[in-house]
Amino acid sequence: MSRLLLKNADDADPGGSWNRDPQGAEAGEGADREQIAKTGLRLFLAVVSSLFFLFLLAFIARSQMTDWLPLTDPLAPLANPWQLWVNSAFLVLSCIALQWARMAARRGRLNSTVMGFLLGGVFAIVFLTGQFRVWQQFVAWGYFVAGNPANSFFYLLTGVHGLHLLGGLIAWGRTVGKFLSRVPLPQLSTSVELCAIYWHYLLALWFVLFALLTSTPQTYEALARLCGLR
Amino acid sequence: MAYAEQAETEALHEPKSFLTKYIWSQDHKVIAIQYSLTALFVGLVALVLSGLMRIQIGFPGSLAFMDASTYYQAMTMHGMIMVIYLLTALFLGGFGNYLIPLMVGARDMVFPYVNMLSYWFYLLAVVVLLAGFFVPGGPTGSGWTLYPPQSITQGTPGVEWGIVLMLVSLAIFIVAATMGGLNYVTTVLQARTHGMTLFRMPLSVWGIFMASIMALLAFPALFVSAIMMLFDKLLGTSFFMPAIVSLGQQLDHQGGSPILFQHLFWFFGHPEVYIVALPAFGLVSDLISTHARKNIFGYRMMVWAIIAIGVLSFVVWAHHMYVSGMNPYFGFFFAVTTLIIAVPTALKVYNWVLTLWHGDIHLTVPMLFALAFIVTFLVGGLTGLFLGNVIVDIPLSDTYFVVAHFHMVMGVAPVLVVFGGIYHWFPKVTGRMLNDTLGKLHFWITFLGTYAIFFPMHYLGFQGMPRRYYAYDNYAFIPQSAHELNAFITVVALTVGVSQLLFVFNLAWSVFKGKPAGSNPWGAASLEWQTPNTPPVHGNWGAKLPVVHRWAYDYSVPGIEQDFVPQTVSAEELEQMRQRDAGTRIADVKT
Repeated sequence: MSRLLLKNADDADPGGSWNRDPQGAEAGEGADREQIAKTGLRLFLAVVSSLFFLFLLAFIARSQMTDWLPLTDPLAPLANPWQLWVNSAFLVLSCIALQWARMAARRGRLNSTVMGFLLGGVFAIVFLTGQFRVWQQFVAWGYFVAGNPANSFFYLLTGVHGLHLLGGLIAWGRTVGKFLSRVPLPQLSTSVELCAIYWHYLLALWFVLFALLTSTPQTYEALARLCGLR
Repeated sequence: MAYAEQAETEALHEPKSFLTKYIWSQDHKVIAIQYSLTALFVGLVALVLSGLMRIQIGFPGSLAFMDASTYYQAMTMHGMIMVIYLLTALFLGGFGNYLIPLMVGARDMVFPYVNMLSYWFYLLAVVVLLAGFFVPGGPTGSGWTLYPPQSITQGTPGVEWGIVLMLVSLAIFIVAATMGGLNYVTTVLQARTHGMTLFRMPLSVWGIFMASIMALLAFPALFVSAIMMLFDKLLGTSFFMPAIVSLGQQLDHQGGSPILFQHLFWFFGHPEVYIVALPAFGLVSDLISTHARKNIFGYRMMVWAIIAIGVLSFVVWAHHMYVSGMNPYFGFFFAVTTLIIAVPTALKVYNWVLTLWHGDIHLTVPMLFALAFIVTFLVGGLTGLFLGNVIVDIPLSDTYFVVAHFHMVMGVAPVLVVFGGIYHWFPKVTGRMLNDTLGKLHFWITFLGTYAIFFPMHYLGFQGMPRRYYAYDNYAFIPQSAHELNAFITVVALTVGVSQLLFVFNLAWSVFKGKPAGSNPWGAASLEWQTPNTPPVHGNWGAKLPVVHRWAYDYSVPGIEQDFVPQTVSAEELEQMRQRDAGTRIADVKT
């Protein structure tokens, strides 16, 4: 937000505070459709951040109750979270592919953009499938959603994160459809850009969730003390 | 803002068919009307519910169908509808949608399709909510705060279906509000026309803008609590449910924290008060300035006060929980922040009064509502000082004093602004004036009536009359005078309730038969009154977007005959007006 935008009207001369020709002053500030879409997306990411921040606070608060059975105990499913690491690798690959598509779109290279974009989506689908496999593993081991609050939060947080990625995949699918119907690249570069930003955000969010879900009760206790919840 | 130039060069895709024009419309004005009518309809449902409750309290047993369960269901639905589905939806979805693009000089919202989806999600939320009346067991009767464990424990009305529909409806509403909020905020940030700086925006836009940001950040707290409670209810988790014996049986839950729900709920709930209040503050500032023919006093202070209130409202939530058993230091902190928020709020009240000072006050219907708002908000705000203090709150908690307080400050006060706003902008929306006589009658009945309803409740509260009781007979501590007062309140409440039909009739009649309004009947300076067509057509501004040269409050400018200068008048044009008017005056003196 530039200073110009905040210029006040209180100290205005009789003709208002805009000393320059308004039309001249407005030109070239660079806000266009892409900028608008990016602003909208960033605001949405702020909303998602607020949502997960509150989920995580609830997680920390609830983890301090005596009935919490950590998933990281030696015999619990997350004692060795190798499957989550594999899934994470696919999400990282997904982000790399989308970033590649984003950069190729900026340079106007259609083939690389399509390739990167498609790969990005496919890796994301693999990630989601992997997450679902982890859920199945939990069920197979008898770690049901209502068994313990730690289980409940695992399903809840991975589920809500997965739903956000699924939402992203809907946008991805629409853009793929436009690629298939040969909409020119310049008209689609914004969509590629937005998908990449959204994916990067979800990757960062996933690592926060991953770190928290696989932390020890001592870490939760330290966090709870830090937040004044103990 | 290249957006402005882009908006001028792009072809307007004007909808042609009835369906795309009025039903699946992406035009912000149509969406605003859809939002407003739906909100007013559901508000009338909530009004009827309050009437039924008042009949039960004033004349216990006179309604055959009213038992304790029905009473609690009516109370819950009344509260939730009024706060969320009427006030929030009407201020943001109704006023926000209509006014933001017109006031900042945009052709539409920046994401019209998302805006349309926002309305249809809102409508779906309303349908799901009202479906609660028709399912087995009826709607939930757990109070609008939906506190667990009782909200999902056997014995509470609507524990099977009602609570699920309520939570699902809230989740859908939050999706709708988020889609709307993203639009409002992005439109204000990115789609203002040439010369429309942030500090030239009318305070209405500032209030709605800040409230939208707050809604975007606070509604997730309600979403989180709704989803987690749905898990507790449907999947048997124990996020909020402690170990509990219900009807002689040990439930499967254990270890959950009901207080955690309260924190999450009020982290949403208190900003929600200001999500409703800030748009009201903004709209009323514009009403007062326009109808007192005077620039708003301390515009920049007003803007910073809106921002300060918005920020502070996120750190006061636990003052709703003083009786939940909290660390005294915690209570002290929240009492202090609560009292601090009174500072920017009081500043706004002073500025409204100083705007009126030496103004050319026109007692039009919108102005009457605006003045009534100032008084009502002041009364409600002052009782807030009592309840914000822990030691005063504890004896008053859960009494009718609280009911009186929040109805005054966030029930009646914002509703007065809603009415004032509708009387003010109706001519722009329809091109016709609302009937003035009916409007004044509506105003006086509503204004005096609400005082007759809620003033005595303060007294009842001091006497110790608890809230949330469905019947007050056979309690030794409730004297006969309280029963008489309750009967009085009920009679007035029903009168005020029925009198709202005057307003409904006035709306319906004036749309077709009202006096033609012209483009700017109030002589207002802000941009929405300068549209080339009234009502504004699709695209709002014709071929060229307006160019803004000044703020929205140039009223009674010295040296100019016309007592307002529209935002679109440039310095040169103003100078010409000044010289022309000076010439006219000299000619008058000579003759």
